Amino acid sequence: MTEEPCKEVTSAFRITGLTKVYGEGAAAVHALRGVDLVIPSGELVVLLGPSGSGKSTLLNIIGGLDRASDGQVYFRGQELTALSDAELTRYRRDHVGFVFQFYNLMPSLTARENVELVTEVARNPMDPDEALALVGLHARTEHFPAQLSGGEQQRVAIARAVAKQPTVLFCDEPTGALDSTTGRAVLKVLKDVNERLGATVLIVTHAAATAAMADRVLHFADGAIREVVVNKTKLSPEEIEW
Amino acid sequence: MSPLDRKLLRDLWRIKGQAVAIAAVIGVGVLMLVMMTGIVTSLDETRRAYYERYRLADIFASVTRAPDRLISDLSSIPGVSVAEGRVTGSALIDLPGLDLPLRAAAVSLPDFGEPRLNDIYLVAGRRLDSDRSSEILLLEGFAKAHGLQPGDALSATMNGARRTFRIVGLAQSPEFLYTTAPGELAPDDSRFGVIWMSRTALAAAYDMDGAFNQALLSVGRGSERTAVFAAVDRMLDHHGGLGAYGLEDHESNRFVSEEISGLRAMSSGVPPIFLGVAAFLLYIVVSRMVQTEREQIGLMKAFGYTNVEVGAHYFKLVLAIAAGGALAGCLAGIAAGRALIEVYLEFFKFPFLVFQLDPGAFVVGFSVSVLTASTGGLIVLRGVFALSPATAMNAPAPPDYSRTGRIGQSLNRHLDQPSRMVLRRLTRQPGRMAGAMLGIAAGMALSVGMISILAGFDRTLALTFTVIDRSDVTVTFTEAMSEKAILELQRMPGVIEVEPVRIVPAVLRNGLKTYRGAISGLVTEPRLNRAVDKDIMTIPTRREGVILATALADILGIASGEMLTIEVREGRQPVLDIPVIGIAQSLLGSPVYMELGALNRALREPNRVSGAYLRVDSIHSQSVYRTLKDMPTVAGVSLKADARNAFQKLMDTGAGAMRYIMAAIAAIITFGVVYNAARIAYAERARDLASLRVIGFSKGEVAFVLLGELAIVTLVALPVGALLGYYLSFGIAAGFSSDLYQIPAVFTPRSYGAAALAVVAAAVTSGWLVKRDIDRTDLISALKTRE
Repeated sequence: MTEEPCKEVTSAFRITGLTKVYGEGAAAVHALRGVDLVIPSGELVVLLGPSGSGKSTLLNIIGGLDRASDGQVYFRGQELTALSDAELTRYRRDHVGFVFQFYNLMPSLTARENVELVTEVARNPMDPDEALALVGLHARTEHFPAQLSGGEQQRVAIARAVAKQPTVLFCDEPTGALDSTTGRAVLKVLKDVNERLGATVLIVTHAAATAAMADRVLHFADGAIREVVVNKTKLSPEEIEW
Repeated sequence: MSPLDRKLLRDLWRIKGQAVAIAAVIGVGVLMLVMMTGIVTSLDETRRAYYERYRLADIFASVTRAPDRLISDLSSIPGVSVAEGRVTGSALIDLPGLDLPLRAAAVSLPDFGEPRLNDIYLVAGRRLDSDRSSEILLLEGFAKAHGLQPGDALSATMNGARRTFRIVGLAQSPEFLYTTAPGELAPDDSRFGVIWMSRTALAAAYDMDGAFNQALLSVGRGSERTAVFAAVDRMLDHHGGLGAYGLEDHESNRFVSEEISGLRAMSSGVPPIFLGVAAFLLYIVVSRMVQTEREQIGLMKAFGYTNVEVGAHYFKLVLAIAAGGALAGCLAGIAAGRALIEVYLEFFKFPFLVFQLDPGAFVVGFSVSVLTASTGGLIVLRGVFALSPATAMNAPAPPDYSRTGRIGQSLNRHLDQPSRMVLRRLTRQPGRMAGAMLGIAAGMALSVGMISILAGFDRTLALTFTVIDRSDVTVTFTEAMSEKAILELQRMPGVIEVEPVRIVPAVLRNGLKTYRGAISGLVTEPRLNRAVDKDIMTIPTRREGVILATALADILGIASGEMLTIEVREGRQPVLDIPVIGIAQSLLGSPVYMELGALNRALREPNRVSGAYLRVDSIHSQSVYRTLKDMPTVAGVSLKADARNAFQKLMDTGAGAMRYIMAAIAAIITFGVVYNAARIAYAERARDLASLRVIGFSKGEVAFVLLGELAIVTLVALPVGALLGYYLSFGIAAGFSSDLYQIPAVFTPRSYGAAALAVVAAAVTSGWLVKRDIDRTDLISALKTRE
């Protein structure tokens, strides 16, 4: 994509009529049915809803991992839905951080090297050690994934995601494989990233309680956004009932 | 159908590409075994049946002239079941339009009824009418080569008299499956004919009324042949007997036997190498495949399936692929064998075919495939059985790379993260990588081996026809002539150089080892046809000894400096004890060289020559040939170009033709090995690669992580494969070599380069195929699936 983000726009994403259909004919599954949405810059947004309600599909499309069947997505005024594969790769590389349920770390690289994997190619990365310190892992930088607990691996994944100083951070069930204590710690890291780096953070989750820490909560059902709730007061991750 | 079996079918469908690639590799290994053994068994059986049906004699004995009554004496020798006398002679066939006369053998058939031994198979026309002395039957191969048919006239010179005959039929005979022009080694249908005539007519032509000059004998099973030979030789001695010899020394049969045993040596030597490589690959592939199923195995165990049930499930998967490949290989082997045997039938000129398969080949092919596949599966499953079901319930544990982390710290500083990933994968499981590397190296070795064999065939021809033999024409006289004949040749315009030669048949003995061949008497410093040493330098012939070809020295188990017994089968038939003074490099035939004067002295026939090598000015070659044709003393003229073509044809249609098929199979296996290595590496890493794509790595960068590994494994495999191939070549070369020709393993930078290129091409193609899959990866599903 071209490197001239529109500075006037305060929205990170502007989405109109976004539709995603899997399959054809009678077997067609409508994962998204014409979603219209604006996500302001710098917010922490939680996407809630049952399985198959379309929240992950939305995340994948605006994260540049999947293509829409119809509709447009604008990222800082740039139409993502019009980009080529190579341009989408560039977009992910420069602007997007991802955190997944199963961490997806490279087993052959140490914690620091996993972070360096990203900082080597990013345009404006932070120091890998600083990123690991941000998630509280400054003492374990030389460990391989196999030597880390699940929570630690997820924190490395977050460090990897934030080390490029992403504009947006996408998290798909980041606490799904973790216990409550570790889960809280991970959420706290996400909140820190949101506040200290000013990154827009989108979290897809089943855990409704997570919504209490968000600026904005999107409730999904049957491929559409049923309700958007803007929190006047937010809880800190430590206060969340798990 | 149980759910596990349904899973089995779906798993097979899911991995169909890989399954087919594995099955194909094992399949071609089995194919080769089944095909080769099938061909050999069929040829052997067919030959046996052919000989039996046409009553080919077991013993042949030539004499100058023996009275017919001797036949009853011969048949009364204990052990002899049938004895028959016949008249044979040499003839020259003059065909219009040909510059050179063609040599032929004239053979008598009884005036009435069929011969009791050495019957003929009438292909076209009718048998001889004994009342008409001008009727002949002609050897089918020769007739075909010259477009002659029953009803045509043929002009031939017999015993100095030129006559015109009428061809009444075309025949084949197990006795003349192969015909070789005089002075040559390779058979050539077009340049040697066989004429059958009635006994009375032929006896008249050769002054053999009431006499025979060749006795044929068949012996009962289990009879003492040495005693029979001795008795026959004793009886025929007074009549100019040239020594009885068995079927095994008969020229045509020796040739057929050599070709068949060449194929047999190849079928027992080469396919196991191929099958071994295929089996090794299968083992590697299966063990890695089961490894990637680790998670599912844990799950099944968590559901309550026992180790045995889970084991049986994977065992079936492995078995399905291995047995499928072996079965396909068997069927394809039968089909290929059937197709090829037709080619060989034509080559061997068998009039019918007894197609027979070797059940042993199926058993061996099947058990090798299934056993290696099972071993591969079992070794991995053993580890899997130890796995606790709980492992499947947790998030997948990343493979532990901590022990590799400290390797090459200094190197690390210079590498980016993707390169480190490649390097650590290689060092983390050195066994697995070594396996993949060895697999590719084995494929490379096969290619190197086959390419060096292909080069070996060319070397054999080049060495023989440009280095050893530098003449243009070989002239064979009707009998040993005085040296004046050489002067006559020298005087011919267009003849640049003439070198005399005397070739006499002889039996060579070293202890119990004997060989029936011929001695070439050469001048002291031969220039046109010579013995050469390893460095291609002429070995001068010396009065005091003989020079043997390497192949013959091996057959006789004799070395330079040892004494050789030579029983000359010509003239006064002297027996010589003579030292071996040199071993000559010869890749064609098994020549023995002796100094011409010494040979003549031994025969007490001074200044005799039986032929000559000529160098001819190419401008005058036509007139030289015409003059030679008109010389009554010339029995045969052979052009080197014809001889070379005949050999090339022999190598391309006989046992040697197998080299092309083997080279193709080697290429298939090489590709299969490399492709499988790439596929498995991809299967193991799909998730990591998708993760890299998600965090912003381009398709090319991601491909680097996977293909970098393949590239390094391939690059390491190249020198290892070259080394393995070097040793393998000798084994394959031995399989291809026979009494008729030796194939050296030839190593040139070109053969290594070509093999390396083949492997690299296979790697690039495989890499490209796998990269296509990487490019198509569905990023989301790759992230959701657990390992």
